[in-house]
Amino acid sequence: MNIAILSGKGGTGKTTVSTSLSVITGANYIDCDVEEPNGFIFLNPSQLKKEEVMVDYPIVDKNKCSLCGECVKVCQFNALVKTKKEIMLFEKLCHGCHACGIVCKNGAITFEKRTIGIIEEGHYGSLICKRGVLNVGEPMAVPVIKKLLKDLPKGLNIIDCAPGTSCNVVNSLQYADYAILVTEPSSFGLHDLKMAVQLVRNFNIPFGVIINKYNTGDERIQKYCKEENIKILGIIPYKREAAEVYSSGKMIINLPEYKKIFEDIVKSLREVFPWS
Amino acid sequence: MKIAVSSEGKGLNSLLDVRFGRCNYFVIYDTEGEIAKAIENKGQMSGGGAGIAAAQQIIDEDVDVVITGNLGPNAFNLLKNSDIKVYRCGSINVERAIQLFNEGKLDELTQAGPAHAGMGIGAGRGFRGGR
Repeated sequence: MNIAILSGKGGTGKTTVSTSLSVITGANYIDCDVEEPNGFIFLNPSQLKKEEVMVDYPIVDKNKCSLCGECVKVCQFNALVKTKKEIMLFEKLCHGCHACGIVCKNGAITFEKRTIGIIEEGHYGSLICKRGVLNVGEPMAVPVIKKLLKDLPKGLNIIDCAPGTSCNVVNSLQYADYAILVTEPSSFGLHDLKMAVQLVRNFNIPFGVIINKYNTGDERIQKYCKEENIKILGIIPYKREAAEVYSSGKMIINLPEYKKIFEDIVKSLREVFPWS
Repeated sequence: MKIAVSSEGKGLNSLLDVRFGRCNYFVIYDTEGEIAKAIENKGQMSGGGAGIAAAQQIIDEDVDVVITGNLGPNAFNLLKNSDIKVYRCGSINVERAIQLFNEGKLDELTQAGPAHAGMGIGAGRGFRGGR
């Protein structure tokens, strides 16, 4: 069973919620925010295993190429260009779809692999922790996410998604049975929550909301959730002590007050979505 | 010699567009026959690699000189490898830009500008690339 943690807006506390829930429920932690995976800062897993993620890119054999330009025409991503002398490749734009190889009549195109990131796997106690790390400067994260989610550990997994409602999030959501939307009580939080709600409704998976950084009497999220008939799983207060613990790289469930809050969240989670 | 100018419209009196990859048209002027024609830029609506798509069209048209405001790194390398010279100009009308080029008053672009400078409709217009 996979629970995806997402938020419309970045910086609302997906990682805080995901790592805390993993530890409290004993679920495996999967960090899909491959552009900046920072859950490992808190869990600090041991015995890390690394595996490279590769994507295909075409290589044009100059001796066989007749410069007909068919490969350039078929490329939907503008990754290939025909100059007067040769076919040039912009590998960062290549999606590895192999279309250029299929249309080439001279058989001049072969494919090689290049590394765009790594998958890391380790242990925190009995939990399995996995994350994908996209190399700096690489524009496409989806291949890393796909590989990360292809062989998930058995049992309960918490999937920490990328912020927003991008391709990366959509790809992560395909593997989710349940979603938790983390939000904050601000107009930006509400705006982006609405987009995230639309997304999970399209996927037709059950979901609930956690309000993080709650400190004022701002009730706009509660009001919206009531109107839309969305369950609020829990409210996490915004306090200086929590920020201090968090910024020193420790988990906020080290504080008894926050531990209690997360235990209550797990209780209400089990009510709406039972797992063994 | 063929000169291509990135432009907002199809004619010689249209304004030069300082964006290369995401301009609407390229006005191509042939100095020998003094003919001008405009081609639509296929790069303007592409999801990614706009400069590359635009440069491909310029290469296919056998252009010798490009006049524009700014070039991203990909397009810059492509045009350089195809021996096409690029000159920088601000947002003035196309005919005047060609005139300035003929008088030798335009500087050659020797360095690529920032990538994605023209992303979004009009986002890069006016504040980058002009002199």
